Amino acid sequence: MADNSAKDDKSKDLPLGGVVSNGGNADDYETGGWRKDMPILDKDKCTNCLICWVMCPDSCIIVEDGKMIGFEMRHCKGCGICAVECPDKIKAITMEEEKK
Amino acid sequence: MATLKQLAEKEELFTGGHRLCAGCGIPQIIRLILRSVGENCSVVGTTATGCLEVGTSIYPYSSWRIPWIHSAFENASATMTGIEAAYNALKRKGKIAKDKEIKFLAMGGDGGTYDIGFQALSGALERGQDFVYLCYDNGAYMNTGIQRSSATPFGSATTTSPAGSAIPGKTQWRKDLTRIVAAHNIPYAAQASAHNWKDLQRKAERAFAVKGPAFLNVVSPCPLGWYSKPELSMETAKLAVETCYWPIYEIDEGVLKVNYKPKEKKPIEEWLKLQGRFKHLFKEENKGLLKEFQDRIDLEWARLLDLDGKHI
Repeated sequence: MADNSAKDDKSKDLPLGGVVSNGGNADDYETGGWRKDMPILDKDKCTNCLICWVMCPDSCIIVEDGKMIGFEMRHCKGCGICAVECPDKIKAITMEEEKK
Repeated sequence: MATLKQLAEKEELFTGGHRLCAGCGIPQIIRLILRSVGENCSVVGTTATGCLEVGTSIYPYSSWRIPWIHSAFENASATMTGIEAAYNALKRKGKIAKDKEIKFLAMGGDGGTYDIGFQALSGALERGQDFVYLCYDNGAYMNTGIQRSSATPFGSATTTSPAGSAIPGKTQWRKDLTRIVAAHNIPYAAQASAHNWKDLQRKAERAFAVKGPAFLNVVSPCPLGWYSKPELSMETAKLAVETCYWPIYEIDEGVLKVNYKPKEKKPIEEWLKLQGRFKHLFKEENKGLLKEFQDRIDLEWARLLDLDGKHI
């Protein structure tokens, strides 16, 4: 067996303790590829109650100036919680199969 | 009391791009809690080995926009109270500004809290150190493949308590950790659920505000281990509360308060039927177990109501 341990040892390139110095960089990692169904927003029905925002496990509901303006599709895993939790009288979010 | 609009304006300290399952019940809890630390306070976190830790810290990525460290399974409380002690020492030596206020948050799942991290937790509570412990209780060791824990509900099928001809799922009742924690006579202990975000947010605020240890036990639906639909995670949490399987209450400076009393207590079947882990309980031969489950819940709910408003 060839001894390539020294050549391939990249551990010294890593920061001490495996520290991730730029915490929050998981934001750059896309989990959108997990998705089967995607959320669709009917802006006319939405009352900006932001229940979807608080219930989303993946921080995908984009809120600007207190208004729900859409989904962060790079991270949305298509779980469908937003569509279920959107209040019954409003139902502004529906899940549809995503065509890839 | 913050509105959702106000909460949404606060910085997202827990980013998307984590590898927790679709429909996981944990992130909602963390996102709310990190927004409840208090004005002009920063927070340091540690998470015991478990879903939350694994899912948010796969190298070289981290979902945490706070100083955060991975603890071993058994010692999140020891790690965090060590950090708190170091902070106090540095403050005494004048190395940290006197007006800089930092809060300390240890997090663990039920495995890392009820079982493996219990000794460290109990010790930290007894020492009276100023930190918040958050347990996200999904009722089994989900990250390693759904093994039973002492938080696993009665009758639940797990890979180490499989339902079959020998046993009908877990045969023991779960440990009531919130009561055990409260018995340490700490300033604040509470049970909550993320579907009731107002209640959880208020409790988190209170937990950070009190001086000394505070404990939050939050039910966290797990589509993987509960065999439930991801989109129904928050509905499942809600039914855990509506059936009184997971009463939401708090013990603040020794006084117990039941924060939510369902107008009509739903039968436990309503919660169980959403979850594949309880499928076998609906077989004819297991009818007695359903009754046993309901009787125990009725008993515990009655006991809790008896204590409502009392100094315990």
